[in-house]
Amino acid sequence: MEKIKAKLVLEDGSEYTGYSFGYHGSSAGEAVFNTAMNGYPESLTDPSYRGQILVATFPLIGNYGVPDSDTDGNIQKFWESDKIHISGLVVTEYSETYSHWNASKSLSDWLIEHKIPAISGLDTRALTKKIREHGCMLGKIIVDNDVEWIDPNKQNLVKQVSIKQKITYGNGKHKIVLVDCGVKNNIIRCLLNRDTTIVRVPYDYDFTTEDYDGLFISNGPGDPKMNIETINHLKKAMAIDKPIMGICLGNQLLALASGANTYKLPYGHRSHNQPVILKGTNRCFITSQNHGFAVDTSTLPNDWKILFENANDGTCEGIKHKTKPIFAAQFHPEASGGPNDTEFLFDEFIGMIEKTETII
Amino acid sequence: MKNQYKKVLVLGSGALKIGEAGEFDYSGSQALKALKEEGISTILINPNIATVQTSKGIADKVYFLPVTPYFVEKVIEKEHPDGIFLSFGGQTALNCGTQLYKSGILAKHNIQVLGTPVETIINTEDRELFANKLLEIDVKTPKSIAVESVDEALNAARKIGFPLIIRAAFTLGGQGSGFCSNEDELRTLAVNAFAYAPQILVEESLKGWKEVEYEVVRDRFDNCITVCNMENFDPLGIHTGESIVVAPSQTLTNSEYHKLRALSIKIIRHLGVVGECNVQYAFDPNSEDYRVIEVNARLSRSSALASKATGYPLAFVAAKLGLGYGLHQLKNSVTQTTTACFEPALDYIVVKIPRWDLNKFQGVTREIGSSMKSVGEVMAIGRTFEEAIQKGLRMIGQGMHGLVANPKLSFPNLEEALTHPTDQRIFAIAEAMEKGWTIEKIHELTKIDIWFLYKMQNIISKKNHIETMKSLDEMDYELLLDAKKIGFSDFQIARLIFNPEPKEIEKYQIKVRNHRKSVGIQPCIKQIDTLAAEYPSETAYLYATYHGIENDIKHNSKDKTVIVLGSGAYRIGSSVEFDWCTVSAVNEIRKLGYKSVMINYNPETVSTDYDMCDRLYFDELTFERVLDIVDMEKPIGVIVSVGGQIPNNLAMRLHQAGVKILGTSPDSIDKAEDRQKFSEMLDRLKIDQPRWKQLSTFEEVEHSVDEVGYPVLIRPSYVLSGSAMNVVSNADELRDYLKLAANVSKTHPVVVSEFIEGAKEIEYDAVANNGEVMFDAISEHVEFAGVHSGDATLVFPPQKLYFETIRRIRKIAKEIARELKITGPFNMQLLAKNNDIKVIECNLRASRSFPFVSKVLDYNFIETATGYMLGRMPNSLPPSMFEIDHVGIKASQFSFSRLSKADPILGVEMASTGEVGCLGIDFDDAMIKAMLSVGYRIPSKSILVSSGPLRSKIALVEPLLLLQQQEFTIYATKGTAAFLKDNGVNAIPVAWPDEADSPNSVELIKNRQVEMVINVPKNLSRRELDNDYTIRRAAVDYNIPLITNARLAAAFLIAISNKKVENLELVSWGEYFGK
Repeated sequence: MEKIKAKLVLEDGSEYTGYSFGYHGSSAGEAVFNTAMNGYPESLTDPSYRGQILVATFPLIGNYGVPDSDTDGNIQKFWESDKIHISGLVVTEYSETYSHWNASKSLSDWLIEHKIPAISGLDTRALTKKIREHGCMLGKIIVDNDVEWIDPNKQNLVKQVSIKQKITYGNGKHKIVLVDCGVKNNIIRCLLNRDTTIVRVPYDYDFTTEDYDGLFISNGPGDPKMNIETINHLKKAMAIDKPIMGICLGNQLLALASGANTYKLPYGHRSHNQPVILKGTNRCFITSQNHGFAVDTSTLPNDWKILFENANDGTCEGIKHKTKPIFAAQFHPEASGGPNDTEFLFDEFIGMIEKTETII
Repeated sequence: MKNQYKKVLVLGSGALKIGEAGEFDYSGSQALKALKEEGISTILINPNIATVQTSKGIADKVYFLPVTPYFVEKVIEKEHPDGIFLSFGGQTALNCGTQLYKSGILAKHNIQVLGTPVETIINTEDRELFANKLLEIDVKTPKSIAVESVDEALNAARKIGFPLIIRAAFTLGGQGSGFCSNEDELRTLAVNAFAYAPQILVEESLKGWKEVEYEVVRDRFDNCITVCNMENFDPLGIHTGESIVVAPSQTLTNSEYHKLRALSIKIIRHLGVVGECNVQYAFDPNSEDYRVIEVNARLSRSSALASKATGYPLAFVAAKLGLGYGLHQLKNSVTQTTTACFEPALDYIVVKIPRWDLNKFQGVTREIGSSMKSVGEVMAIGRTFEEAIQKGLRMIGQGMHGLVANPKLSFPNLEEALTHPTDQRIFAIAEAMEKGWTIEKIHELTKIDIWFLYKMQNIISKKNHIETMKSLDEMDYELLLDAKKIGFSDFQIARLIFNPEPKEIEKYQIKVRNHRKSVGIQPCIKQIDTLAAEYPSETAYLYATYHGIENDIKHNSKDKTVIVLGSGAYRIGSSVEFDWCTVSAVNEIRKLGYKSVMINYNPETVSTDYDMCDRLYFDELTFERVLDIVDMEKPIGVIVSVGGQIPNNLAMRLHQAGVKILGTSPDSIDKAEDRQKFSEMLDRLKIDQPRWKQLSTFEEVEHSVDEVGYPVLIRPSYVLSGSAMNVVSNADELRDYLKLAANVSKTHPVVVSEFIEGAKEIEYDAVANNGEVMFDAISEHVEFAGVHSGDATLVFPPQKLYFETIRRIRKIAKEIARELKITGPFNMQLLAKNNDIKVIECNLRASRSFPFVSKVLDYNFIETATGYMLGRMPNSLPPSMFEIDHVGIKASQFSFSRLSKADPILGVEMASTGEVGCLGIDFDDAMIKAMLSVGYRIPSKSILVSSGPLRSKIALVEPLLLLQQQEFTIYATKGTAAFLKDNGVNAIPVAWPDEADSPNSVELIKNRQVEMVINVPKNLSRRELDNDYTIRRAAVDYNIPLITNARLAAAFLIAISNKKVENLELVSWGEYFGK
């Protein structure tokens, strides 16, 4: 196979040359790194990566190919949404051959199908160090023609990834309204496994008009402050005493709705190995994370407390209302990819609905 | 955290053996470091005197005693510790600790077991308890049903489903085992199996499943992490210690990875492990089905590998957790800023490859399988599988240069070589690929995951491409860079392009190097930082890769750097003793204010702990890579004399490439290494040596033997893999040897040396400065010459050498040191018969016995030697060996029980896998401790003797008379019995194994009617050999202590007659020196 050269250009002018192994076209976005050692099909289909050029620190990508888009009750069995959301993929070594019983195609074919450029042969460790030191930067993968810079943080990314009309899943005891800001399928799976009916609604839908037992605010891409409608709806929902759980962007939106502030982290947390401490205890959990923004805990109102804290950098990993059944995690208890050690948070949520005893 | 423990006892693992090797020096050292940091007083019991953990400054008190309940209890009574760690000394410590717990001794002395509770250990050790325990939480283990009839077997098969594996219970060597895939096959197999045993196990067959391991850590707050997962390249059926292993797993999806990870955590929680634990899975390659094969509730070989692979100090952390810390309360010692409660993210891949030494053993099969035979391992780091595997195959040190461009191996039946794996299977795969076999076919035969095979195919394709090049200029930049990226060495490229004569290859290798440097292709130095660059890290744990555009570290021109070359994979003849030497050198370098750089690739070592030196390159000890690192580090010099033979062999080439070698000059090293030059030098100095000749024809050999007289020592001068040295005693044997072992020719001559019978062998270790011997240590072998010095039992200070002998040896050493202008450590082996001294060998480097003599004298020879090499004078010199008030004995550990069918015999080829060194108030005291430490038990009633040649028979009379006085029943084979009777020993004559009479020697062993077997081989006549072999092998297989050397047997029997175990001195190392 003829190798086609491609390059990654960063905002600061630096260029890295490698070979294209995805779509033969150029793209732009924000370059971010992820240190996970597997789970590329999950990451690539995670709507939270919308607009981002993903740099994989693990050097070998593509080993086990890509599973097909089989669905199970409207939800893809192996993907986190119905398509690839990243703007580009950067790896050290693309494994041209793959081997797995569950694979239907190679990563390369999949990327080409979804028109996502990808580049291999780069020193992703050097790149990661650069991003770590300079903070996240805009980047472009140039395969053929040059393209304009795109800053995804200035776009309404949530709007791009959220569903347009509400959908209902399952037929369980507890009715959950799931606000889709770019929800990962595994959140839906985790809730459905717990005897729920899910009404998945668009990010700007006025869910306060719905009758529900619990409200769930999903993960999603971009700057949380852009989601003004969602925040306003949340303020209303928080006034009543029904349980609310949020994940990732959901955590930030709850914070903003409570009156607290959020800020952009220099290079975010994107990995499967982030330790979080359940505040006030000796319990530390390994979590899967993918976020560029965080809650400024100094601005949290008095009736809120920090639920989880990052054991490495002390940033906010979750908040909880002191009296109401409202809480959120900055990390991903639904994992996929990554460790599922905190999946019990879904049980906590259901426990709040059932008014049984909870741990947190 | 307030610490409740004041004094903690740590159990070591004793001598290195197959399945229990250097990894426990690493884990014990880290545990002791962790305890020290907490201000806890530490006591270590470990007879392995060559370890780093038994060195000064690591434990507060060291006992060189057997790790057995008796001795541990004695130490407990003396020291009154309040806590004990059982999980850092392998199976030895675990077994000993479990016995102490079960017998109530720990409770009696009010000692807390730190870390994982003993109950948990018991639950993981017993197969049935283990399966039941996991069943409680719905975790699957392989289905297995024990049956006692063919009908029951068929019923069991219906329950479990085919395919099945049938195993006969209680048999050795897998007799009566096999696979079956239908009822007919099962019936046949079962009938056969019942011929061997009354009970058989019907088990589901997991043949071809993947094997995956997780290293799991849990603290007392129930926080759990998995530090690393590892995937075996070889599918299930090959012991993980025999498998090529990669970390992290390469063919598992996120869902599979986390399914097994979650199970591991579930298991560790249910079992209640506090500290570290390893979970091994069989994993279906066609679904997400799994079985848990094993849980090791202690630090293991895998955990040592995981530590090195990730940079996560598992043993250190496990020790802290045992003291009550939570994971989140500890720091990540690599970054120093983040928490230890995390899971390392790797941005590279590691490949572990076992090192076998099977050709060192007679009679052993090369096939690898469910039992471990390898003696060491290497870990290669790269950013692709290809880069790492090629590095690893070079590191193994069996004459290979990677996957390709190797000396030709022959696989007469390639299909067989793929289906029945041997230590060379990976090369059989390469051969099949070169022959054009498809990946699918190779996968069918090997069941190795196709992903790995594709990657190997990449190497083969690249090789084919390079081979079409006629010159370096023809090879474009991209091809050369690609070749380097998939692990091709300059040597391989040189061979593929130029295919020069062997003696020319080095020249071409340098040509490739210069060319690639001129076009700007050089490796990058990357850090292992546990977090894939997410956080900055100052720790210089490094490797080289061609997948990079920048180095992670900067060279500081103000640094005065000294590079120490490590000792590579543990193998027979080179193991932990050289790790001790390199660690001692590195410590001294730092102490003297230089920056120390270590190069080594053995994951079982302390020298590869990143906090031992200023910069650790976990990389190859090849000419190419050492030069790369020298280019990077610009050292003031390189030390080649403390890491054994590998660095020693590099000395001359590095020197010629302009690298400054510290200490003795490479020219001198060459003079000692080159047999011809060395011999001429001895002649010139009028120093005696055994007569020898290098000969290249059959006739020359026979003629030469006529001159010297039998027996002679004969060896090929050019050895490809493993040597084939032997003693031959007559013309028949000589002819056999020449036919079988050596292909005599001009290019492959043999060396024939005079073999002196009944001579004492002496080990001389010394340190010199500018050609002057500064101090020395002289040890004597208990056995007569003919037993390899690595297998012999050493006594230091010597108890039975003539003063005259010592004086002459020193004179010889003085002359050699002056002639070769030695600076640094050196070693000589000498023969002494009636004060006639002959030099057998001289190595201008540290030897195996340096740690032993250093510790017996409580003076580190290597530290001072390192000082001399850097031009520093020591503050003190060691005490004279004549003033030492104790005796040290170094005894060898054999692993024959692991090597099915191997003849447990000692000869001129080394066969031991480890050693111990014990101190005692006198010879007998030290002797008993040392022998008990390597697994001997003291007989009290009965012994079987077959005493070999006359000299041996005579040697055994006195000790057997002593046993007779103690009312022993002495059994002896016929000839021996008759001889003993004539000399006053009433031995019961027993029949040879191939005779029908009773009592029969083998039956005595099988029925455990004898507590010890002494079998001294007489000569090599066929029948005798078979019978002797059967007796020796039975002793090993039935775990009856065996001694095959009359001198050693006599010394041991006299010692146990003179001294009872209760009267042994229980003195710590320091106490021998009044500390």
